[in-house]
Amino acid sequence: MIDVFLDNGPAYLAGFRMTLALTAVAGVASLVFGTILAALRVAPLRPLRVLATGYVELLRNTPLTLVFFGMVLVAPQFGIIPPIGFWTAIICLTLYTSAFVCEALRSGINSVGVGQAEAARAIGLTFGQSLALVIFPQAVRTVIPPLINVIIALAKNTSVAAGFAVVELVATGRRLGQAIPGEAVTILGGIAILYLLFTIPAGLFATRIEQKVAFAR
Amino acid sequence: MRTRMTRAAALGAVALLALGACASNGGGDGAADVDAGDFPEGSTMARLADAGSIKIGTKFDQPLFGLVGPNGVPEGFDVEIGKLVAGELGIDEGDIEWIETVSSVREDSIANGTVDIIVATYTINDTRKEKVSFAGPYYLAGQSLLTLKTNTDIQGVDDIGGMKICTASGSTPEQNLLENYPDAEVVPFGQYSDCLEPLRNNQVHAISTDNVILAGFAAEHDDLEVRGEQFTEEPYGIGLAKDDTDFRNFINDVLEKIFEDGRWVEAWEATAGTVLPTPEPPTIDRY
Repeated sequence: MIDVFLDNGPAYLAGFRMTLALTAVAGVASLVFGTILAALRVAPLRPLRVLATGYVELLRNTPLTLVFFGMVLVAPQFGIIPPIGFWTAIICLTLYTSAFVCEALRSGINSVGVGQAEAARAIGLTFGQSLALVIFPQAVRTVIPPLINVIIALAKNTSVAAGFAVVELVATGRRLGQAIPGEAVTILGGIAILYLLFTIPAGLFATRIEQKVAFAR
Repeated sequence: MRTRMTRAAALGAVALLALGACASNGGGDGAADVDAGDFPEGSTMARLADAGSIKIGTKFDQPLFGLVGPNGVPEGFDVEIGKLVAGELGIDEGDIEWIETVSSVREDSIANGTVDIIVATYTINDTRKEKVSFAGPYYLAGQSLLTLKTNTDIQGVDDIGGMKICTASGSTPEQNLLENYPDAEVVPFGQYSDCLEPLRNNQVHAISTDNVILAGFAAEHDDLEVRGEQFTEEPYGIGLAKDDTDFRNFINDVLEKIFEDGRWVEAWEATAGTVLPTPEPPTIDRY
């Protein structure tokens, strides 16, 4: 049984690396884009709020697979042809995950007392300044655990890319399953362990950060 | 919409005319003039000939081989082969009961008697031989390539080095490409049909899987073409109850007969042959 892993070490490793790469790149991009969305959702201008809300509701409530199909089958009809494979996956995962990042951040923003914002405006800070210097630093502290949840979900969601020309862990598992008949359970078990290797430490990390940045209000 | 309706109506009328023509033939020319007494007593052939009907399993969704059209009747090469075998038992086309057998249920359908024989793009292999017996092969399918008609770079499997070849993730064709054509860049999607849009958008250069599936795509899409010789062999056989040797020998004899007298070629050219080249009849494997 252990032979299956030893013999296919390089394949497993390549799949694991691809899953990590998808998670890291899409994760960073989602955090950036999600932050911008969150800022738009609390912006003083109504059209910006409407735009961001519409985006978040649309993407948050659409299955990720459909986002992928949209990018691969529908977007080209409108002349948008992203490079197939890795970058298509990054775009789709980012579009999807940023909606969840935005909502996590917004809940953090809502948890900051309204007096904080009023005080910031009263001392003459602009909207951008009060958001960036006063509200966000406090908001982020409270939403570290849900944000890590979003990233863990992202790590698992990368498996959807297996059906769209990205050979990450799940696609690697399918390949090995085809090459080594009768070992499907062992192979998939190995895949599951590699996911846990990332997601469990991420959860522990979340707990530590949470303790570190905790503050009494 | 209106033109489509008109066309459908016209097709329907043609189908009706054809049916009428068959009926007026008085039994048609499909069924041979035999009766149960011509077969060894107690054999499957005697039982079927005596009943005057047969249950044949086939695919209902495989273009060119077994595809059910709007009229509910399956059409294709597998269906024609099934009719020829039934005909040699003295069973009329109209007395065949067609039963859909998707890939995963084929062994069970034979074991529990849902069908008498299966003609359903059924590849003969050793694992399956443990559960069913195979007559045939009646056709050798194989992995091939599908490209845009306008593609001039890929004429066959020798040209795929450095090209992006789309296939299904975790499939036998993917395995074969990875092992035997390491220079090609494999682009695995969830299903073969997911490869069509990327092919049209020039995001991949070709799709590779069994020529039969590719031919189905080519038949449905005018801008696509099957390229080059097939580069693997998938022998399609007729599945029947395990160890019914008399029946297997009978079907093998029927196949050899239709290979010789031209009815096999005729059936091919009327169905899959509209898109795929006409091959030589395969050699029967009487294992």
